[in-house]
Order: sequence, then structure tokens, then C-alpha cells
Amino acid sequence: MIEASHLSKRFGSIEAVRDVSFCARDGEITGILGANGAGKSTCLRMLYGVVTPDGGHARINGIDVRGETSGARAHLGVLPHASGLYGNLTARENIHYFGSLHGLGRGVLRARTAELARVLGMEEFIDRRAKGFSQGQRIKTALARALVHDPGNIVLDEPTNGLDVMAIRNLREMLLALKAQGRCVLFSSHVMQEVAALCDRAVIIGHGRVLADATVHSIREASGAASLEEAFLKVLSRAEDLG
Amino acid sequence: MRALLTVFGKEFLENLRDRRTLFSALLFGPLFGPLIFGFMVSRMLNQNVVESNEPLRLTISGSDHAPGLTHYLEAQGVKLTFAHFSEAEARAAVHRGSAKVVLIIPQEYAARFAAAAPAPVLLVADSADSQTRKTADRARLFLGAYASEISQLRLQIRGVDPLLAEAVPVNELDVATPTGRALVVLGFMTYFVLFAVLMGGLYLAIDSTAGERERGSLEALLSLPVARSSLVGGKILATCAYMCMSLALSLMAFVCVFHFVPLESLGMSTNLGVATALVLFAICLPFVPLGAALMTFVASFTRSYREAQTYLASVLLVPTLPIAFASIYSLKTRGSLMFIPSLSQHLLMTSVLKDEPVAALDVVVSAGASLALALVLIVLTARHWRRETMLG
Repeated sequence: MIEASHLSKRFGSIEAVRDVSFCARDGEITGILGANGAGKSTCLRMLYGVVTPDGGHARINGIDVRGETSGARAHLGVLPHASGLYGNLTARENIHYFGSLHGLGRGVLRARTAELARVLGMEEFIDRRAKGFSQGQRIKTALARALVHDPGNIVLDEPTNGLDVMAIRNLREMLLALKAQGRCVLFSSHVMQEVAALCDRAVIIGHGRVLADATVHSIREASGAASLEEAFLKVLSRAEDLG
Repeated sequence: MRALLTVFGKEFLENLRDRRTLFSALLFGPLFGPLIFGFMVSRMLNQNVVESNEPLRLTISGSDHAPGLTHYLEAQGVKLTFAHFSEAEARAAVHRGSAKVVLIIPQEYAARFAAAAPAPVLLVADSADSQTRKTADRARLFLGAYASEISQLRLQIRGVDPLLAEAVPVNELDVATPTGRALVVLGFMTYFVLFAVLMGGLYLAIDSTAGERERGSLEALLSLPVARSSLVGGKILATCAYMCMSLALSLMAFVCVFHFVPLESLGMSTNLGVATALVLFAICLPFVPLGAALMTFVASFTRSYREAQTYLASVLLVPTLPIAFASIYSLKTRGSLMFIPSLSQHLLMTSVLKDEPVAALDVVVSAGASLALALVLIVLTARHWRRETMLG
């Protein structure tokens, strides 16, 4: 479970995130929706502890990220916006590197990698160097790398950005599989259809604030719109009228 | 510690597979110096041998007026080319390079010589050209010897002891030892060694910092439950490993070069065998973490490979500054200079190569100062890596 309570962050004179609270539950896919520059990435970065909040707390499985960064991270898999691989290493070596930095032993690492390769369909390229990988192969390797320590929670920052149709499809299936395993999946996106198709809950963020936090269905109903896209625009304009 | 070693192992392996790193760390860096050095020394060697063995070549104009001088020069083995030049023509010929050095004997020479009056001759040469300057020097020696022989004869004929004309004969004593003479050349060598040390880690320092950011793997790495100081430590350690390899290769190459170039014939003696190379390796070793930390520190602030390369190019020049400073002011090994990294290594290496005794305290201070500065830089780098701005 991932909790954000009253998170805020400013960079100089810009208030990037203001009093953001939400909760992403186990066995659900939660989407953070927002325009570019709305503060999605900063929120997520505070959740995995590379950005320190000015106020508020982030908790992973109830563990405070700021107080016990390493302990919280042990339960968290992260796929940042930029998820480059080491081109001179094979997919297996990329995964092993992160695994041993998580403190996994050799035996566990081997078993985990074999399992991930099977589940994600990576067997044919697992021992090839990452330099010449296709987008699909890259995202699979990056995801395997983020999941190597078998975390209960996973955060993905704009994972579908720049992917082709096949790779997006692949990713969608992988996220649904993670949900089915009872994990908590949290991802950010600015593509409405993606969130509508995948998510159980959506958190809409605009200008660093939470504008809506509910199931996709109830967001649509509350705004009286036919699609999530329309609902999103309505929520956004209402916020602007108020602000 | 485990994480540090994991990072070290990964950086080491990854760069072992990178052709660019291998080229700069294990080929260009260590071999550039010794090759340039070998080339320079063998050029110097050739020139010296050629000059002392080859007969002096001289263009002479108006030899008819001075048969005695002409015979004398020929008897000394000077190869004469006969020409008829005016002063202006001689000047033009030397300028063009069609004649190196021209000796002009004027028409009135014969009459003045016969009258025992001073009979001037004119030597035309270009002193800006180091080759012709040497030829002109040699010609001047022959002419001087001829002149003094004639004046001695003249004095003897007049019943005067020629020794009277030698009021103060000057004897010279050259105290340059054979190795001491090689000092300038050795200055180059120690710089090449330090250059090789830095080159060995250059690409690793870039790849493990700016490279990590450019290929987008940095944020994932920073979100792992690993202390940033372990990440930085592992990266710097891997850089050190490549620098050590480069240093060892460079010294090995120098041993080979010194083995094949007969330095003794240049008046230099050398003691650079395997044993000396090991001592030099030990002297340079404390410079390795310093260089690695400095390059990693600088590269940590850059956003891309290109930017890092630009900044690190100037870091490569840093060790030259104290060495250049030392040679301008011709500083001798002194305790206080041992606090300055790169200069202290340069001075210690030079002393070892010159077979001078090296004080144990100097070695300790040199190593201590370099390692202390390295530690400061490592701490600063780790601190920078803990900042949010690292994400870019």
C-alpha cells in the first residue's frame, strides 16, 4: 500500500506540489492523471524518496519513506520516467545488478531472474546485450529490474511514453498480471484512454493539487460526462474557476 | 560495503566491454607518452651522431685570395664547395637554403695578409636555424684555430714567445652528470606517466556519472535502497582500477623504450628497469585515488558526455601546472613541496630516475597529502550525490 499524506514541495518560487494526499491500495491499479507539469513526477519522486518533501509524509506499507528510506524502498519497485539500461550489459546482468544492490543473494537472484524472464517472455533475449534492444525488450528488462526484489508495491512514471502499440499492449498485460498477484500498482499518465482502460482508481492532479480521487466510474458519474477525458476537462475547468 | 563492491564489479565489467574506454585507458593513454618519448630521444640521438661524424660542409667564395686558408681547411677534412658570391648573393643563398654557411674572402685579403695586417673574412649563416648554427660554430672553430696558428708563427718569426699572447687561458669544467643532463627529458617522462594515470580513468569517470544520466539509468539507480556513498565509492574504485592498469602499462612501455633506445650514447645513463618501475608505481599510487576522485567530482556536475569531456580535458592539464611551475623556477626536491600532489610525484620520480637518495619522510608526506585531498573530494562527491539536484 502506498500512502501520500499532505505532501508539498516547492522549487524556488514554484509550488510544484501542494498538500497532496491519496492512497493506492494493494490489488488495485491506481492512475495519477494530470497535464504535463501538473506535479505528477514530483509526487512520485517523493514516494520513492529521491525528492524530499517540504511537508507531509509518504508511506510504503506503513513505513515512512523519509525516516526509513531503505526499509520503505525494499517494498517498492520503481520504474522512473527515464529507465535506461546499461547497453554493455546483458538483460540478465542488468537485472542482477539491481538485485544485488537490493541485497539479494546469488541463489535467490538466479531463481527470481528465471521466473521474471518466463513471466515477461524475455527468454530469447535475456543473455543479449541491451544495446540493440527494441522498445518492447527494453521496457520488459526495465520492469524486470524494478521487480527483481519481489516488491509488494510498484510505481511507474509515464511508463507508456514513447512506446509503440505492441509495447503498450505488453505493458498493460504486465500491469494487470501484477494486480492479479495482489500487488499495489501506481502509475502516472497524461493519456486518458490508458487510465480509463487500466485503472481501478484515478487521482487527478492539476497545478500541484488533488482535484479528484475516486474510482474511474464515479469520477465520470460525478461530473456527468460520457468519457474520462471529458470528466477530466470538467474537473480541471471547475478547479480553475474556483482557483 | 557489499553494495560498493557490486557497483565496482559492474562498472569494471561494463567498461571492459566498451571499446572507447579500452582504447583511451589501455592503449592511447599508456602508449602515447612512451612512443613520443622514444621518437624524441631517437631523433636527438640521430642528430648528435650525424653531426659529430659527418665532415663540415662549407661554401667558400674567393678562395683564390687565400690559398693557405683553403689548404688548411681541406687538410682538416672540411668539404669545400667553391663559389663566387658577393655579400648580397651569399645572403640570398643562405636564405634560400641552397648554401648553409658561406665563407667570403674579400679581394684585399691577400695584400693585408701578406702585410701582416688584420685580414677580415665574412661568415654568412642563419643563427635562427639550430642546424646551421651548429655548422657555423664548427666553421668558427676551424677559422679560430687557423688564425691563432698564423699569429703564433708571426710572433715566433719576430722572436717573441707566443705564450705572451695567451694572458688568461680558460679551462672549462662541466659538472653535468650523465643522468643530470637527461633532466629535461625526464621531466617529460614523469608528465607522460601522470597523464597516462588520468587517461586511464577518464572515460570511466564520465561513463559512471554523466553517462549514467545521459542514458537515463541514474534515477532508477538512485531509487535503490543503497547509500549514495556506496555508489560513489564503487564508481571511484572502478575508476582507480583502470587508472592502475594504465599506470602499469605506461611504466612497462617506458621500460621497453628505455631498453631499446641506447641512451648512453646521448650521455644519459638510465636505471629504469623492472625494479625502478615498481618503485615509480608505488610513488604514483596515491595520485590514483586523487585523480579518480577529482574527475568523478567534476563529471558529477555535468549533464552529458560531451559536457563532461569538455570539463575533464582541462582536468587533464591540472597536473602539468605544478610541473611547469617547478621547471620554470627550477625547484629542487624540498620537504614543503611534497604537500603538492603531482609536483611531489614528479619530483620523487625524477629523484629515483636520477639515482638520488629519496627521504622516507618525503614519500610519506607526498602520499599522505594526495590521499587526504582524495578523501576530501570523495566526501564532496558523495555529498553532491545526496542532493536532489543530482536527478537533473
